[in-house]
Formats: sequence, C-alpha cells, structure tokens
Amino acid sequence: MPDFGFSLSKSSSVSLDSLDLGLYGELERLEPGVKTCMACGSCSAACTASVWSGMSVRKLILNLQRGKDVEKMLGSCMLCGKCSMVCPRGINTRHLILSLCRIYKKQ
Amino acid sequence: MKERFASGFDPFVLPFLLGMIFVLGYCAYGIVRILLQLPRKDRRRFLLSLITPHIILKNVWDIFCNCLLHVKLWKRNKMLGFMHSSIAFGWFMLILLGHIEVMAYCPDRIRFFYYPIFFNYFVAENESTIGGAVLFFLMDFFLLMILTGIVLAVVKRVRSRIFGMRRTTRLSLMDNIGLYSLWAIFPLRLLAESFTAHISGGSFLTIPANWVFRQFLGNDLNMLPTWWAYSIALGVFMCVLPFTRYMHIPAEMMLIPMRNAGLRIRHPRKGFARIEVLSCPGCGVCIDACPMSVKKANIKDCTVYLNRQIRRGNEKRIEEISDKCLLCGKCEAVCQVGVEGPLLRMEQRAMRKYGLSQDFSGLDVSLLAPAASGAKVLYFSGCMTRLTPSIGKSVTSVLHKAGVGFRWMDEEGGLCCGRPLQTAGRYEQAAQLIRKNEELILGSGADTLVLSCPICYKIFSQDYKLPGVRVVNYATYFSELIASGRLNPVKSDICYVYHDPCESGRGCGYYDEPRKLLGAIAGIAEAPMSRSESVCCGGSLGSLTLEFAQREAMTRKSLENLYASRADAVATACPLCLATFSRYSERPVRDLSEILDLALKSEKASDRTVRG
Ligand code: SF4
Ligand code: SF4
Ligand code: SF4
Ligand code: SF4
Ligand code: SF4
Repeated sequence: MPDFGFSLSKSSSVSLDSLDLGLYGELERLEPGVKTCMACGSCSAACTASVWSGMSVRKLILNLQRGKDVEKMLGSCMLCGKCSMVCPRGINTRHLILSLCRIYKKQ
Repeated sequence: MKERFASGFDPFVLPFLLGMIFVLGYCAYGIVRILLQLPRKDRRRFLLSLITPHIILKNVWDIFCNCLLHVKLWKRNKMLGFMHSSIAFGWFMLILLGHIEVMAYCPDRIRFFYYPIFFNYFVAENESTIGGAVLFFLMDFFLLMILTGIVLAVVKRVRSRIFGMRRTTRLSLMDNIGLYSLWAIFPLRLLAESFTAHISGGSFLTIPANWVFRQFLGNDLNMLPTWWAYSIALGVFMCVLPFTRYMHIPAEMMLIPMRNAGLRIRHPRKGFARIEVLSCPGCGVCIDACPMSVKKANIKDCTVYLNRQIRRGNEKRIEEISDKCLLCGKCEAVCQVGVEGPLLRMEQRAMRKYGLSQDFSGLDVSLLAPAASGAKVLYFSGCMTRLTPSIGKSVTSVLHKAGVGFRWMDEEGGLCCGRPLQTAGRYEQAAQLIRKNEELILGSGADTLVLSCPICYKIFSQDYKLPGVRVVNYATYFSELIASGRLNPVKSDICYVYHDPCESGRGCGYYDEPRKLLGAIAGIAEAPMSRSESVCCGGSLGSLTLEFAQREAMTRKSLENLYASRADAVATACPLCLATFSRYSERPVRDLSEILDLALKSEKASDRTVRG
C-alpha cells in the first residue's frame, strides 16, 4: 500500500464474553473517580512520560475497560501528577495509577 | 526531725509502689525492645554516644530545657509553656527536694523507694528543723506552682481558646483516666500534707490549711485516708501511663539522646520512629497548624492522630492518614518534640508492596539529551512548569536579557526530577530517575544548573550527585546577575507578598534569597504567617488521596493569610503554587521570574547585544 502518511486503524473488536474486567472492577473500588472519565485526553496532552513512552491515562483507562494490557504504559509513569492537575473531571489520576500498580498482577 | 514509725512502712504506700514497679518494668522492657529494633550500626552509635562526654552534657541540657522547662513551647505559646513547665518542673523539684529531705534527716531510709514521696507522713517535727524551714517552704512553693499549672490545665480543657488554640486533641478513654488521676494527685498531696502538717511541719500552704481542717475535723483519724487517696492517685496514674499520652514523659527522655546521637527514622514503626511517636504528648499544636484542618473532616488526619493510631496499631487508619497528608512539613516545624510527621508518612508509603513497579534503569535517554553546545548554563524547568509556560518563558527571557548563554534542558520535555516518586514512597524508582538525570546533566558539559521549581530544587540540592555542577535556584542566580550589573531592573511600585513554597522553604531553608530578589525589583510585604510558618497552597503533590475539590478550602485559607499583609499582589516561586493560587485568587499572582521580566521591560535590545 502507498504511504499516505496516515493509515486506517486496525479493527479492534472487543468480545464482551471473553473479557476479563477484574482489574478494572477492583480499580473502580479503590479509585471510584475512574468512572467519571470522559476520555477528553487532557491527561495525555499534559503527560511528561508520553514523549518517550506513549503513556496516556486516557488510553490506559480505555484499555482497562476493554480488558487490554496496560503494563507497558503503567511502567513508564513517573507520578509527576500533571495529569491530575489538568483533568476537567477532577479525577485523582495519580492515585489511580498508584492503586493500579498495587493491585496489578503480572501475567 | 525524728521518725514516727520504727518500721518506716505503712500499707498505704502499696498502690504507689505497685504503680512505680510496673511503670519502671514497662519502660525497661520498652527500652530493650527499641534498642533491639535499631539497625546494628545505629545501636552502636547510640550506645557510644551515651559515653561521649560532650554528648552527655548536651543530653542533660536538652532534657532539662525541653522536658522540664519546655523552652520551645514557651516560645510558641506562653500560656501553654507556663502550664506544662509548671507541672513538669514543679513535679521534678518536689521529687528532688523529697530526696534531699530524706538524705538530710534519715539517710538510711533512702533505699525505700517511697520515702521521698511520702516523707511528711513518716516524720515528726522537733526543735532541729530550723534548716528544714527552707525546704518546707520550697516544697509548698513548688506544690503551689504545680497547682497553678493544674488549674490552667482544667481551664484549657474547658475553654481552649483562652490559650489561643482553636482546636485541641480529643482524648481517648485511657487518656482521660490518666488526665483525671494526674489532676487528682496534687490537690490530694496538698490535703494529705495539710492533715499531717501539725506533726511533720509545713509552710505557707500546708500550715494554714492544717489549722483550718483542725477547726472542724480536729481528729488525726482523717490523716490516713488522705494519704491513701494520694497514693492511689499516683498508683493509678503510673499504671495507666504506658497506655496514655503520658508515655511521652519517659519517651522524650529517650528521644533526645537518640537524636543527639544522630539517629534517623529508618522504619515507619520501629526503633527511632517508635520513640518519636511515643514522645508526642498530644499537645495538639499541629492541628491548628495543619493546612488540611480547615476542613473539619480532615482533623483526624493530623500528625497527632497519626501518632495515636500508630500506638494503637490501627492499620487501616494509619494508611489513610499517611496517604492524605500534603507533606508540607508545617506540623514538624511547629512541633516542640520534633515529631517528623511527613517522614513517618513517607516511610509508611515506602513499605507498601506493589504488583507492578516502574523501572527506569534501562531507559534510553539519548533522545532527551540537551543539544550539544558550548553554553555552560543549563536551565531545567521541571515538568510542572509545562503547565505554567509563562514561567519558562520569563525565565528564558530574563536569561536572554542578561546575555547568559544557556540551554533549556527540558524545553521539549524531559524526565521528572524524581521528587514526586519520592513523596509517594517509591524511593527506588526515584533513585533511578535521579541517575538518569545525572547522566544527562553531567554528559552535557555544563557547570551551572538553574532551577525554577522548588520541588526540583529540593531533590536536586539534596539527593543528586553532580560533581563540578553548581545547582542554583533561579532567585539566587538572578540576584547575582543583578549584583554584577548584567540585569538592571526598574523597581516596580506594586507591593507583593512572598509566599514561601513548602519544598524550598521548610524543605531547604531557602527563605532569604527570594525576598532579596523581590525586594530589589518590587515592593515587598510580609504575611502574618511566613517563612517556616508559611501555609501550603493546598496543591501539593505530597498528598496521594486528597481530591481536587477538597483542596479549594486550603488554597483559600492560604490566600487569606497572604491577603492579610495588605499587599497588592502575590509573588511565588513555584509553578504548582502559581497554578493553584491562580485558580482562586482575587489578587494577581505572579512568579518571581515574571515580576523580574516585567521589571526588565525597559531594557533596550541594543544593550543586550553589547553585553552578550
Ligand atoms: S483528563 Fe481526566 S477525564 Fe480527561 S481523559 Fe484524562 S482522566 Fe479522563
Ligand atoms: S503522573 Fe504519570 S501519567 Fe500522569 S502526567 Fe505524570 S507521568 Fe504522565
Ligand atoms: S506531633 Fe508534635 S505538635 Fe502534634 S500533638 Fe504531637 S507533640 Fe504536639
Ligand atoms: S505535613 Fe502538612 S499537611 Fe501533612 S500533617 Fe503535617 S501540617 Fe498537615
Ligand atoms: S505547591 Fe508550593 S506551596 Fe504547595 S506544596 Fe508545593 S511547594 Fe508547597
């Protein structure tokens, strides 16, 4: 295919039957704010780590909700807290990440 | 003086004796336990310090000043200082004088524990007590001193506002038992000694009281019950002591030598930390000081309650309290015992187990390296500055105007300084970032690192190892540029009040330089609470769990203090303070660099090229 400088995203169907939402469920309990995320992406724009790691809290939350892996993203957060300062929903994203790191189980 | 009883004993001393044996035994056990908890090196260091003459002197002096006279408390609050020192010092003197009396009149009885305490019951006055009159007078004098202290203590319990305290600690059941038995001890002692004063002699308090009692209770049978009551009050107090806040009395006598030996907290519960926690008398000074306490619901998260929960071993509450704190350091600054509230919490956070730990040790930082150039000055703005770009802009503008050749290390983004990880208790990860940043800075060939964020400044100046590189806060650097004539600001007539950021202020003791710079470029006013008493803006990253909305009240409270200076505007030296204040402030808030840049507007472009 010719390179247009952009491409179509791969189809990413989510099978609700085979999904494991255990991690997300537990996170909801520890940091209920996560439920109010509207995926605005402010956190990703502000993120210090995104430059070199692709970290994005927005994507992290979406991935969790879809039962996808978040290990790489989590592993690059420096807890600088800027994401929580810009979140229009006032979600304590820093605490969200810390809580997630605590309950995370490596595959 | 002659003795009234050949045996030198009466059953009423038993409650006191039991209490005394219990409390001494408990303390001995506690000391051994704590010593065993210390790391081997610390233990050696501590034991050695106990036989080092100059440290012994310092220990004695410090214990005298702090435990007995409460010098630090006096400085903070005269009424509280008087109350505590009159009880502590007065009691100490009663015990000391009691021993002197026994030594003077019946030296062979000194081996009886209880003799100095109940001396007046066991002796009868004869003609030879002229010398004793002074002692008797002193005994009554110090008893009166303690009684004044107790009266004040009662008043304080009922109306703490008289002492200038808005809030005092809520007592637990055990604390209440301890409190009431302590209050009872001294009036009972007065009663007991008064009932025997016609036999044992007394002075200005006990003799008149004795005369009054004899008018309507002319019967020596009343003597014994009051001595029993006095002894029981002492016994109860000493039996509950280990389970109440009064444990601070023996604990602080241990804390001072340990601190003088140079020990530090190495575990949130054991060893030195344990002694620190036990040394907290629950005075409650840290409650009013804590910025979180503007919200009533947060009062139970102040350091005094952290100490209490640690004593009780309430794990759930310890975790909650540890996570909520802003780590602003104010409780530590006002605490006269020196309980390191923020550090205790950080250590607590550091104890946690994580399923996933970040690892930055393998990070390839070549992409983040500052552009190769001959410029010897590096500017690191820190990640927080990316949310307040005006700071980065004005810092670089000022540097340009001064003709300083520099490189902006993280203009396109960089690594975090590691301080936020540190405050979250992720020490290892913070150390990895520190090493990466060191690598970047040392590799750049620069010899000066200018910082405009106090959070970075704290960790860069205290934990980074950068041989050959001078780490300097922008306020100092700019003052130097002004002094050397490379910057010629026109002093503005706006009056600013400077807000000390916690991390550079209490965190690094960096108070004078920013004021010096501000004074050179604008009018300056002082807030009622400033320097080490400055009130955190509420935006601190130290807190892990405080929600955005919960912080507003803290920010407003901090602003209130700044407004009280009557300044036109607020000056800060912290991107986080700037962002936090700007949200709610009714007066303009500016960073030092912005104020300086404004004051340089008159600089002509031509001047620059000449000097550059
Ligand atoms: S800024 Fe807040 S609301 Fe927006 S995507 Fe991030 S977490 Fe969600
Ligand atoms: S705390 Fe983590 S996710 Fe949030 S901005 Fe900082 S590096 Fe990014
Ligand atoms: S921590 Fe310090 S200031 Fe707070 S109650 Fe204890 S002794 Fe008082
Ligand atoms: S460090 Fe600050 S916020 Fe934390 S308990 Fe002490 S005074 Fe309160
Ligand atoms: S933002 Fe400023 S005032 Fe607030 S904690 Fe940080 S340094 Fe302190």
